[in-house]
Amino acid sequence: MSKTFSMGGVHPHDNKISANIAIEPFPLPAIAAISLAQHIGAPATPVVQKGDFVRVGQLIGKATGFVSANVHASVSGTVKSVEPFVDATGALSMTIFIETQGDEWIEGIDRSSQIVSNITLPGPEIIKKITECGIVGLGGATFPTHVKLSPPPGKKATCLILNGAECEPFLTSDYRIMVEFGEEVLTGARLMMRALDVQKCYVGIEENKPQAIQKMVDLSKRFLGTEVVVLKKKYPQGGEKQLIDAIIKRQTPSLGLPVDVGAVVQNVGTALAVYEAVQKNKPLIDKVITVTGFQLNEQRNFRVRIGTPLSQLIDAVGGIPENTAKLVLGGPMMGKSIAHQEAPVAKASSALLFLSEKETKRHSEGPCIRCAKCVEVCPMRLECYLLYKLGKANRYEELEQNRIYDCIECGCCMYGCPANIPLLDMVRLKKGEVLKIMKNR
Amino acid sequence: MTPIFIFTVVILSALGVFFAVVLYFVAQKFKVIEDPRIDDVTAVLPGANCGGCGFAGCRAFAEKCVAADSLDGLFCPVGGNTVMGVTAQILGKTAPEKAPMVAVLRCGGAKDKRELTNRYDGLASCAVAATLYDGNTACRYGCLMLGDCVHACAFDALQIDSESGMPIVDDTKCTACRACVRSCPKSLVELRNMGPKRRRVYVSCQNKEKGATARKACKATCIGCGKCVKVCTFEAITLENNLAYINDQKCKLCRKCVGECPTGSIIEVHFPERKEASLQVEQNLFTTP
Amino acid sequence: MKKLLISPAPHLHGKERTQRLMLDVIIALIPACLVSIYFMGLCALSVFAVSIATCLAVEYVIQRFLIKGPSTISDFSALLTAILLALNLPPTSPWWMVVIGAVVAIGIAKMTFGGLGNNLFNPALVGRVVLLISFPVLMTNWEVPASIFRSGADAFTGATPLGIIQEELAKGLTIGQIQEMYDFSFWHLLWGKIEGSMGEASALALLLGFFYLLIRRVIRPYIPITILVTIAAFTGILWWINPQQYADPLFHLLTGGVLLGAIFMATDYVTSPMNPKGMVIFGVGIGVITVLIRVFGAYPEGVSFAILIMNATVPLLNMYCKPKRFGEVITK
Repeated sequence: MSKTFSMGGVHPHDNKISANIAIEPFPLPAIAAISLAQHIGAPATPVVQKGDFVRVGQLIGKATGFVSANVHASVSGTVKSVEPFVDATGALSMTIFIETQGDEWIEGIDRSSQIVSNITLPGPEIIKKITECGIVGLGGATFPTHVKLSPPPGKKATCLILNGAECEPFLTSDYRIMVEFGEEVLTGARLMMRALDVQKCYVGIEENKPQAIQKMVDLSKRFLGTEVVVLKKKYPQGGEKQLIDAIIKRQTPSLGLPVDVGAVVQNVGTALAVYEAVQKNKPLIDKVITVTGFQLNEQRNFRVRIGTPLSQLIDAVGGIPENTAKLVLGGPMMGKSIAHQEAPVAKASSALLFLSEKETKRHSEGPCIRCAKCVEVCPMRLECYLLYKLGKANRYEELEQNRIYDCIECGCCMYGCPANIPLLDMVRLKKGEVLKIMKNR
Repeated sequence: MTPIFIFTVVILSALGVFFAVVLYFVAQKFKVIEDPRIDDVTAVLPGANCGGCGFAGCRAFAEKCVAADSLDGLFCPVGGNTVMGVTAQILGKTAPEKAPMVAVLRCGGAKDKRELTNRYDGLASCAVAATLYDGNTACRYGCLMLGDCVHACAFDALQIDSESGMPIVDDTKCTACRACVRSCPKSLVELRNMGPKRRRVYVSCQNKEKGATARKACKATCIGCGKCVKVCTFEAITLENNLAYINDQKCKLCRKCVGECPTGSIIEVHFPERKEASLQVEQNLFTTP
Repeated sequence: MKKLLISPAPHLHGKERTQRLMLDVIIALIPACLVSIYFMGLCALSVFAVSIATCLAVEYVIQRFLIKGPSTISDFSALLTAILLALNLPPTSPWWMVVIGAVVAIGIAKMTFGGLGNNLFNPALVGRVVLLISFPVLMTNWEVPASIFRSGADAFTGATPLGIIQEELAKGLTIGQIQEMYDFSFWHLLWGKIEGSMGEASALALLLGFFYLLIRRVIRPYIPITILVTIAAFTGILWWINPQQYADPLFHLLTGGVLLGAIFMATDYVTSPMNPKGMVIFGVGIGVITVLIRVFGAYPEGVSFAILIMNATVPLLNMYCKPKRFGEVITK
C-alpha cells in the first residue's frame, strides 16, 4: 500500500518527459556570476577582491552568522568584479563575477568517481564539514543544512527522512540523482544520520519512479536502518510537513519545526551534496538541473556549475522555441517565472522549464461560487477563499485567526479553483504582512 | 378566553420587567465613562477614517487630541487647517498651521515612453507584482501601472489614465492622507506642497541608474545630467545617485529647469501657457554668444 | 515573438471550470427532466421552455442594462436555476406563473445580491416558495391531462401523497386506512409517481443524478446523506411511537421534494456551508425542520422552507465551523 499525506492535494499530470535522460556535465561558463545570497538567512560576506585569482572550490563568500552559508568559486579564474546583480526574478544581490581560465581545482578535493563509503568522522565533525562546504537544502528552500542538522536545544530527532518524492510535474533531477548516484545519496544519508544521532532513515519516493524505487530498495539492504517508502503520486507530497505526515503519520504543529515531531527532512540532492562535501571535500559548486518542456526537441538533465547564466542553458537546447510563453526556474507549481535570462544558476535552481501559452496562461477570473474546492485541496486545510476575501479587505487580525501563516504556498488552491481566482497571489502577499505583524509583537 | 388573556398579559409583563432589570444591571456593569469632548472633536473631523493622521480612524485621532498636552504633531490632513482650528478651539489648545500638500506621482514612464519587456499575468496588484519581479519594463524603479494607489484612495482622487496607463492625481480631490504613498511598493508617490494656485514643479522620475541605462529603459527618465541643477538660481535642485530632486520648500516656481531638461522629466502643473517663456528662451539663444 | 509571461506560481492550472461544474449538475438533472416529460408530456416541456427562456432573459437584461457588466449567461448558472425551478413546479403551471417564478428567482433572489456567488438563498427555491405562498391552489392541486406517452385515464386530479395524508389524517383516518385507499407502495414511489412537482416524478432518476454528481466529484455527500438520515431517523421515531398517526420513514424519504431538495437544492454551492462540520449541521437542520413542517405544520411539504431557513444560517456556519487544520493536534 502506498502511503500519502492526510489532507488535500491535487493530481496534475506528472509530465516527466526527461526522466530517461542521463545527467551530463554542462560546459563551463565564460563568466560565472556567483551570488552571495543563494540561501535563506544573511548573505555571505565576500572574501575575495577584484583581480584575485581563484580556483574551483575556493571560499569566496564567508557565512555571516549561524543561519547563513559559505559560497565557493565554481570555476577557476580572475575575479572581474563584485557588484549587485539580478537573479532570475530581478532581485538584486551582491554577486562575484569570475572570468573563467582553465579548470583548476584547489587541493584536497577528490574528483574521482570512486565511492568512499567508510565513515570516519564523528557527528560534530560532519556538521562542521557541511558548514564549511556551504551545503543548503537543495529541494528549493535553500535553508542551510547545518542549521537543520543542529536541532534547537531540548529537541531531538528520531529519524531522518530523505525526500525523493519530487512531486512537482516535469522535474526529474532528483530522480536522476537517485538512479545514477543512489549509493552516494544513501551514504550522504548515513552521514546525516550520524550527525543527528538517529538510527532510522526513510526514503520517500513517489510511485511514478519505479526505477528509482528499485535501485533504492536494492541498495537499502546494504544500509542499516534505511527503509524505502513508496508514496502515492500526489502533489504536494514533497512538502516537508506533508512528507512527514505521509511517512511517519505525524503532523508538524502549526508554526512548529519538523523536529518537534522527531523528524528531519533532507532532499536527495542535499544528501548527494553532503556525501561529496564530507567524503570528497567538494563544496557545493554545481547542481543537477532539468531542462525540459514539450516545445523542446531534446530534454536534458545537466550538471551545471553554479553561476552559469541561464541564457547559456537556453542556448544549449537550441534557444527559446517560438511557441514558448513562459520560462520557469524550478517546478511548474512553485517555481518562479524568469524575468532575466542573463541571471545565473543558483543553489536553489532545480529546473529550467519551457511552458506554452496553452499550458500556463491564466484563464479569466470569475466570481467565487463558494464550491470550497480550495479548502478541499489545501494540504494545510486553510480556507483559501476566506483568506482571499479577508486579504482583499486588509483584515489582518482575522487573517491571523484563520492561520494564514500556515500556508505553504503550494498552489493547490489556485490549481483547483474552477473560477480561476488568483487565491495564492493574495494569500502569499498577506501572509508576508501577517508574519511581519506577528514578528513585531 | 379570559384566563388565557390574563395569563398572557402577566407572563409578558413579568418577562418585560425581568429583562429590563437585567438590561439595567448590564448597562451599569459595562458603563464606559469618557470625556464628552472626544465626541465633540469626532463630530468636527471629516469622518472618512482614512488613517491619514497616523491613527486607526477619526475617533482614535480625537481621543489622542483630547489626551495630548498640545496638538503639535497631530494633524488631520483631510480637514486641514480649518478643522484643526476648530478642534483647537474646542480643546482650548493651539493648532499648528500646515501648508496644503498634494500627492504627486514621481514617474513619467507612460506606455509610449517605455517598452514592455514581458507580460504580467497575475493578480492585478502592484504589491504582488513587486514581490514577483522588478518590473514590466527595463526600468526597475518605474510605475507598475496596476493601480494599488487608485484602490487605496478613499477620496476618488486617483484614476488610471487609459491613454498613458499611469495613475493621475486629481489635486482638487486629493487630501494628502498618505494612503497612496503607503500603498506604492515602488515608493513613487510623494506628498509635495500644493503650491500657490496649485502650481508646482517636480522631477517625474525615480530612476537611479546611470544615464545611458536609464535612457534605454525609458524616454522620460531623468538621466542625471545636472543641467537643471546648474540653471536653478535658488539651489532648490540636488543631484544624487544620477537623479535630480527639486526641494519644494526652496523652489520658487520659475520653471527655468523645465525647459532645460533634455528628456522632459521635469513636470510643471497648472501654469499658464508658456508663450513668453519660449520667446525668452529664443532671445537667450540669440543673446548668448 | 510575443513577450514572455511573468506570473506568480503556480504556472499550471486545473481543468475544473465554473461552467463545467454547472453543466455537470445539469447533466445530472437530465434523467429527472426526461422522466417528468415522459409522464407529463407537452405541458412539462412547456414549463421547462418558459422557465429557461425567462430566467436567461432576466439575467441577461439585468446584467447588461442594470449592472452594465458583461453577459453572464454562458456560465450556465441561470440555466441551472431555470431547470431547477421548473422541476419544482407542477406540470400544469400556467405560463404566467412560471414567468413570475423565474423573475423572482433570478431578478430578486440572485441578481439583487450581486449575481452568481453572492446570493444568500437558493434562487430556484425562492421562486418556488413565492409561488407556493401566492398561488397555493395552483401549486398543490391540479388536473393532470393525458400524456402522449401514457394511455388510460384521460385526466385526473393530482394531489401529492403528502397532501393526501395530511388531509385524510385531519379527517380522522389512520395511516393504515389511508394506505388502503391509495397506492403508496415502495415501488410505485421509487419508479414514478405523477402526483407532485415535475422533479418529484421519479426518485430513481434523482438518485441516478446523485451518483453522477458523486462520481464526477461535483458535490460531497455530507449534505444529502445527513438530510436523508435525519428525516429517516426523526420520522422513524415518530412511526415507532404511533404507526397509525405517522407515516413510515421510507414514505417520507420518497415523497415530496426530499430527494430533489437534498441532492440538488441543498447542495447548491453558493447557499450551502463550505466545511464538512457545517454541512452536517446544515443537513440535520434541514431534516428536522422538514419533518416538523410536514408532521406538525400547516403545509403538507416543508423541504423548500427548511432549505431556505437553513440557507440563512450558512454565513454563521461558515464562520463557526472551521475545518480541522493540518497540525492542529500533535499525533504522537
